[in-house]
Amino acid sequence: MAIPENKLAFEGGWQYSPAPESIDHINLKTKYDLYIGGEFVAPESGRYFDTVNPATEECIAKVADANEADVDKAVKAARKAYNGAWSKMKAAERGKYIFRIARIMQERAREFAAIESLDGGKPIRESRDIDIPLAAAHFFYYAGWADKLEYAFPGRKVKPLGVAGQVIPWNFPLLMASWKIAPALACGNTVVLKPAETTPLTAMKLAEAIADAGLPPGVVNIVTGAGQTGAAIVTHPGVQKVAFTGSTKVGRIIQKALAGTNKKYTLELGGKAANIVFADAAIDQAVEGIVNGIFFNQGHVCCAGSRLLVQESVADEVVQKLKDRMDTLIVGDPLDKNTDIGAINSPMQLEKIESYLEIGQQEGGVMHQSSCALPDKGYWCRPTIFTGVSQSNRVVQEEIFGPVLAIQTFRTLDEAVSKANNTPYGLSGGIWTDKGAKIFKMTQKIRAGVIWANTFNKFDPTSPFGGYKESGFGREGGLHGLDAYLNLEA
Amino acid sequence: MNLSAINVPSRMPDLSTGSRIDEVGINERVARFQSRSIKTASKVEALRLVLSMIDLTTLEGQDTAGKVGQLCQKAIHLHDAIPGLPHVAAVCVYPTMVGVARQALEGHDIKVASVATAFPSGMASLAVKLDDTKVAVEQGANEIDMVISRGAFLQGEYGRVFDEIATVKDACGDAHLKVILETGELGTLDRVQGASMLAMHAGADFIKTSTGKIQPAATMQVTLVMLQAIKDFYYKTGRMVGMKPAGGISKAKLAIHYLVMLRETLGNAWMTPEWFRFGASSLANDVLMQLMKQATGVYQSADYFSKD
Repeated sequence: MAIPENKLAFEGGWQYSPAPESIDHINLKTKYDLYIGGEFVAPESGRYFDTVNPATEECIAKVADANEADVDKAVKAARKAYNGAWSKMKAAERGKYIFRIARIMQERAREFAAIESLDGGKPIRESRDIDIPLAAAHFFYYAGWADKLEYAFPGRKVKPLGVAGQVIPWNFPLLMASWKIAPALACGNTVVLKPAETTPLTAMKLAEAIADAGLPPGVVNIVTGAGQTGAAIVTHPGVQKVAFTGSTKVGRIIQKALAGTNKKYTLELGGKAANIVFADAAIDQAVEGIVNGIFFNQGHVCCAGSRLLVQESVADEVVQKLKDRMDTLIVGDPLDKNTDIGAINSPMQLEKIESYLEIGQQEGGVMHQSSCALPDKGYWCRPTIFTGVSQSNRVVQEEIFGPVLAIQTFRTLDEAVSKANNTPYGLSGGIWTDKGAKIFKMTQKIRAGVIWANTFNKFDPTSPFGGYKESGFGREGGLHGLDAYLNLEA
Repeated sequence: MNLSAINVPSRMPDLSTGSRIDEVGINERVARFQSRSIKTASKVEALRLVLSMIDLTTLEGQDTAGKVGQLCQKAIHLHDAIPGLPHVAAVCVYPTMVGVARQALEGHDIKVASVATAFPSGMASLAVKLDDTKVAVEQGANEIDMVISRGAFLQGEYGRVFDEIATVKDACGDAHLKVILETGELGTLDRVQGASMLAMHAGADFIKTSTGKIQPAATMQVTLVMLQAIKDFYYKTGRMVGMKPAGGISKAKLAIHYLVMLRETLGNAWMTPEWFRFGASSLANDVLMQLMKQATGVYQSADYFSKD
């Protein structure tokens, strides 16, 4: 298809009026303490830090900064709860608690969604329709496994590990908390969890929900803080199992720290997934998949399709249609129901993304961004694509974690496979073709833990998620997700 | 045969490779359009735009001069309680009623559209279908809504379907031609895409989903496929083609979803009655009710809105 002179006009014309989600109904404290041993307790240091709304740069609340003493307190509370009520409880009863937490999450879904968008910057449409429902679904799902673990591993005796220390990132705060807590509890462990420092609020609301569910004190402890708090949890001798989701860089540090200990651990790290569009794909739907792959959640997604590999014969058509589609994406107030791309989570992350935009251009890449308006305050990045780049470019190799797509062409299936696998990462991938046989062939050859065909960013509590190579190891979700939280004996 | 690279719209497109439409992807994109929240000023603007795009339609065996005359009255006086309303785009009737409609709409800027070509089935000889068209044109129809031969299309006789459309286009003279694909009989979205390309290459000014006489009539899914075909055709040839979903759109909310879909697929150039129509009989009153609600804050009873 020739590049048209005729252009479609997306600017101006009929615009969507603001459609803000109401936040009158939400309950936020101005200060949050640590949730330890079933109570909210002040931090030993007496220190609190601000959590900021990235769309307005305003402080929403102060949150406790846990130090080593606080972490020690939390781990001891978790151990006490494990030895006490939790390990003695009938499995079916454990399941009931988990189910109750799921019910409360669902009842307070609207509030959770609004707070998630306020604290982290993601569009309300996503927190409402994806994050919160999935988070509740994980609790519902794992509630059912609590008393059926023997069936998960036939012929094996199953035992919990003890205390699980869990550190989660800022891109899907409540969802990551549920991915960690639900299976840990289902398997009979107790938990010390640290949410990310820029997105602590939904974890604190979850703590309130857990308290309201009447979960025995100390079964779940939530301590807020930054990198040092996380390190204290991960290295605490009273923790038997570590679960970490975050950057590969920090994952390496953790792996070094845990080598030689007898802690079990799983790491879910970064990615630079290839989204591969063949000439025989349903092109318009593939373009939608590309958009979903890289612009969903502002590209703050470990499994984002951040590299587009498009078969050369349809490259012009795909890029043109992608540019058209980018012109209809609305960047703005996360609480507006029509917002497609929300705020970048923090000034640090925005700076990182902008430095990559610089690098990409300096490397000779051709940068194209949509021309949408941006609000005055807050941290924003327009949807961006780079053409004229190759595997040698840093913007193609390194994880940017923003709404920035690097586009390359390929000629044959083998070339696509080679380029897709030519990365230290291996978390996810996407394949777009109408030919079923090609899908099976590609999925066998691509070295990634999660591969989507003619779709992208689809998650379900029954479906195991995790990476190959430097994207980490261990799987979360499904039956596979139980494995990491149990001791299996013959 | 001239094989120059210049794209001549009247050459038949190659349908042998088949199109590729992913139904799951289409459904997801449609769901996204439906999650748009259109409020306040943008809602009023949308409602008014919807009104201006309506082809007020009566296509019944029991249509009479009386009925058509009253429908035209409605077209002119949608709801006098709201001053400054836009008028509908057209009134759509059978060929034998075109004269009545023309007379009733004399002096008003509302078009008369006529179905033709043995609507709705299209099961008649080409001679009969052309005659049907000529009657409508002679009676003064501004627009002709023809039906394609679905049977021939499903038998793979694309050349015949193409030639019929091109011939009817000739018979239209100055009248604009809308080509009804009857998507509910085509079976798959791929066929909808193929039929769309065929019709546009054969000279259609508009492509239209349905006759409204069978289920399913218009859906957002088939409409999206057709809008994407129009985009591809525009990029290839530079020629704009209009689009008309018909049948099953009786609620303002749904009509607004269609406008969102149009806006985000083809952009501003298509957002006028010149390039987009709603084939509807009862949509207007729901839109009027919504406009009154926006203005007064309350919903009135349906009895306040005339049924002609």
